[in-house]
Amino acid sequence: MFKPNPRRFLPVLLPMLLACALGLMTARARADTAPAAPSDISDQVFPRIVKLYGAGGLKNLANYGTGVLVSPDGHILTIWNHLLDTEQITVVLDNGRRLEARFVGGAGEAGLAILKVEVKNAPYFDLTRIPRRGPGSPVLGFSNMFNVAAGDEPVSVIHGVIATVTPLDARRGRYDIPYKGDVYIVDAIMNNPGSAGGALTTLEGELLGLIGKELRDSRSNLWINYAIPMYDLNETVGKLIRGEVIANDRMELPAVVQELDTTPLGLRLVPNVVARTPAYLDAVLPGSAAAEQGLQPDDLIVLINDDLIQSCSEFYKYLRTAKRGDLLRITVRRDRELLTVELPVPDFSR
Amino acid sequence: MTLTIKRVHLQRDNWSEACPSFRQNNFVEMNESSVMKTYTQQAILCVLALGVSLGAASRSSADVPAAVREAEEARVAVIEQASASVVAIFPPNGQGGGSGVLISPSGLTLTNFHVVQGAGPFLKCGLKDGVVYDAVLIGIDPTGDVAIIQLLGRTDFPYSPLGDSDTVRAGDWAFAMGNPFLLAEDFTPTLTYGMVSGVRRYQYPAGTFLEYTDCIQVDTSINPGNSGGPLFNTSGEVIGINGRISVEKRGRVNAGAGYAISINQIKHFRDHLLSGRVVDHATLGATVRSDEFSNVIIDTILPDCDAFYQGLRRGDEVVSFGGRSIGSVNQFKNVLGIYPKGWKVPLTYRREGQRTEIFVRLQGLHSTGELLQFAEGPAAPRPKQDEKNPEDPEQPRPGLPEMLNPHRQPPPIPEEHAHLYEARLGFANYHFNRLKQEELFAQLKELGDFGGAGAKWTIQGTVASQPPFRLVLSEVACLLEVPSEQRLMLLDLERPETHMAGWNSDGLLMAFQQWQQLLTAGAEAFTEVYYVGSEPLDGAGPRVDVLATMQSGRECRWYFDQKQKQFVGWDISVMDHVPECGIRLQGWIREGAYSRPTGWTLLVPGQAPLEFQVSRMSVEKFEPPALP
Repeated sequence: MFKPNPRRFLPVLLPMLLACALGLMTARARADTAPAAPSDISDQVFPRIVKLYGAGGLKNLANYGTGVLVSPDGHILTIWNHLLDTEQITVVLDNGRRLEARFVGGAGEAGLAILKVEVKNAPYFDLTRIPRRGPGSPVLGFSNMFNVAAGDEPVSVIHGVIATVTPLDARRGRYDIPYKGDVYIVDAIMNNPGSAGGALTTLEGELLGLIGKELRDSRSNLWINYAIPMYDLNETVGKLIRGEVIANDRMELPAVVQELDTTPLGLRLVPNVVARTPAYLDAVLPGSAAAEQGLQPDDLIVLINDDLIQSCSEFYKYLRTAKRGDLLRITVRRDRELLTVELPVPDFSR
Repeated sequence: MTLTIKRVHLQRDNWSEACPSFRQNNFVEMNESSVMKTYTQQAILCVLALGVSLGAASRSSADVPAAVREAEEARVAVIEQASASVVAIFPPNGQGGGSGVLISPSGLTLTNFHVVQGAGPFLKCGLKDGVVYDAVLIGIDPTGDVAIIQLLGRTDFPYSPLGDSDTVRAGDWAFAMGNPFLLAEDFTPTLTYGMVSGVRRYQYPAGTFLEYTDCIQVDTSINPGNSGGPLFNTSGEVIGINGRISVEKRGRVNAGAGYAISINQIKHFRDHLLSGRVVDHATLGATVRSDEFSNVIIDTILPDCDAFYQGLRRGDEVVSFGGRSIGSVNQFKNVLGIYPKGWKVPLTYRREGQRTEIFVRLQGLHSTGELLQFAEGPAAPRPKQDEKNPEDPEQPRPGLPEMLNPHRQPPPIPEEHAHLYEARLGFANYHFNRLKQEELFAQLKELGDFGGAGAKWTIQGTVASQPPFRLVLSEVACLLEVPSEQRLMLLDLERPETHMAGWNSDGLLMAFQQWQQLLTAGAEAFTEVYYVGSEPLDGAGPRVDVLATMQSGRECRWYFDQKQKQFVGWDISVMDHVPECGIRLQGWIREGAYSRPTGWTLLVPGQAPLEFQVSRMSVEKFEPPALP
């Protein structure tokens, strides 16, 4: 039950007031020197942003993305995601030039990656001079969102305000995101398909952060709009560009938790990563009854005792209700063949 | 204490307005007394917060520089003025609704085709003044997703000026107004403010129609119900019509990318839409591809399209189109998408280093049959939005989803407006086409009395200032005489190949035969007559109104200068698969009962223009000989 307590609100109000006052002061300071129009700033930023095309193209898995140039020699900083899981990454520069990119390195819990294209004297963002901004700062976001900017068009620019700077507490699918540093949370809908790797900048066009991949907040389950601040990452990016290995700082997917250890049964299913992961065999224990009866990795379990098994979860659910010593009649599909084996239910140490 | 709590309770709604964060608190599990206690505590907090913020506000208004205050006041004034022109549109069946914008004091209003689709010829519209107006549908552009409707009952409607969408740049501020989620019970438009994210965007067709080319992308919040509403620049000029959004897993609402049809495209189509027709977009008759150097190359070309007659061939590189340099296939499609069928558009191509500029007449994108399905019928029940586009959430929708109208059923259309709608196959509303035809025929009438049907005209003069010519015109036969030869055209309807013989191989005689018919018999001479719209004459000339006539497979397009109110020329297509023949009149001179042309220029694709000077013209009665 929620009971508001005035003492809880005052500490919130005071910083808000301070922020207001500060905001007014900075607004005054800005008004004195007429700032450049966002359209002029956009024209300066566009040449530093590239569109990426790589792996993907499946439903909800875009094969397009964004990167930012971070060196005059064509080093491109982006977010390490599925897009880069291919030999063929195409980079489209602001002027429409299409170039093949080389993967230089990827690391850091922030999940950054560096690509390289062969260009000279490219316009770029200087990572040694990254400003910090706090809540209330107006920002621009530049990205290849929805792949709207096809061909040689410049990417999309959107505007917003930094709502807060806070540690990222998010997940992707069922996994928590390992990056626990601060991120800029923005009030604009910024993290769209293809946006990851885009630039968050100040109204003057200075790089603040890299727009992250689409994530949901761990608790509220809402999609969040955030960018990873670049002010502390210059060294990491420098190492990546130089090709240095960054030990113990590599983004790894967390170890897959098996819902039930099926080793006593002599087999293991593929990781249960989506809601209805098909019940494929990942491994069969050599010498086990399962192996002797002919089960092989990549077989798909379709029936147990004539009950339809449509996912890993259903398989585990079935095993949990099975009694030790019962006979399991497992039917698997391999290519176009069906194969049925009979295994006794072992003792699962639950 | 009791009293305090009561007052607090009564004012609760106001607080939740003032302190939105409190709204989100979950009161569900609370009992009555704890709710009261909470309200009291929140009351104190809110009063504190309000007091503090008021203090901050009063201090700030004194401290804010004059320039900032003036900018804000100017913005408020612009929005105030713009909002008066924003229209909430409701189909009479009470289902759905959208937005629109008034663009003339007479009540012309732009909206999306998909807002009026299936709604019938009459609509109900609400303005900011809270008044509900009747409106009648004029014309639709199903491909470009635009419609023009006319609000009725006033001649002094507030309206917004049209801007120049070619000057819009990414990063410009832009605001949208309309009726998202059909929120406004009193029709006061909702304002959303944002930024232009990109210009000249190309959006692939959704289904077979509805292609958004050369559109403006905004992060301005565009939602269901905004459809058809205006996108304004900061000066309050209409730069686009909002009609589409990118949606994805967040649901069918704003996801940071909305699309507006550029107003410059709509300017091209404006008179076409006012014709009451189902208007069509265009194709070049050729397809393009880009090569390894990002050049745009003609890939295939039809052998009977105007571009081919003008000399364009497979393998030619398109350098510029519509006055814009072309560097990608998308740019080419963007240009193509903004022109109506029938316009002549400049195209520059390069072949073996040689650049050539031609003016190409664009042909229709769809067949008449394809367009017929959109001609207006009675309002039909609309499909549920869930039935459309069930898959592929990443694809932009063919328009914003419709909103269910929560308002009560509007009253029926008054009888007094019934005459403003005329049903006719192929038209959204033939009434407005007939009005334009009458206007143009009145202009022809001012040229004088040409002796009615059954006259023989003799026109004499010189060709290119050299040999003299004599042109004799009658309903059944035409003759052109020059010193070196004499050509006769007998109008044998059974043998159309004779219509293209000799000197007449370009259709010259047939062109003048039709001209005489137009000036003597008028609309009666043709099986079909309609007003097309307007276009720049030959792609670069003055804007002309276009009247189309059909007679036994012969199609003519008659041109009337909009400013000078003068009949200036025509084109004829004598038969399929043959280039057009064009006549451009140099001027008119009054001689007695009628005017005669001072001369004309003969235009045939692939040939140099040929000038004819006229010295005299006579009109006699003529009895055609009885055919055996």
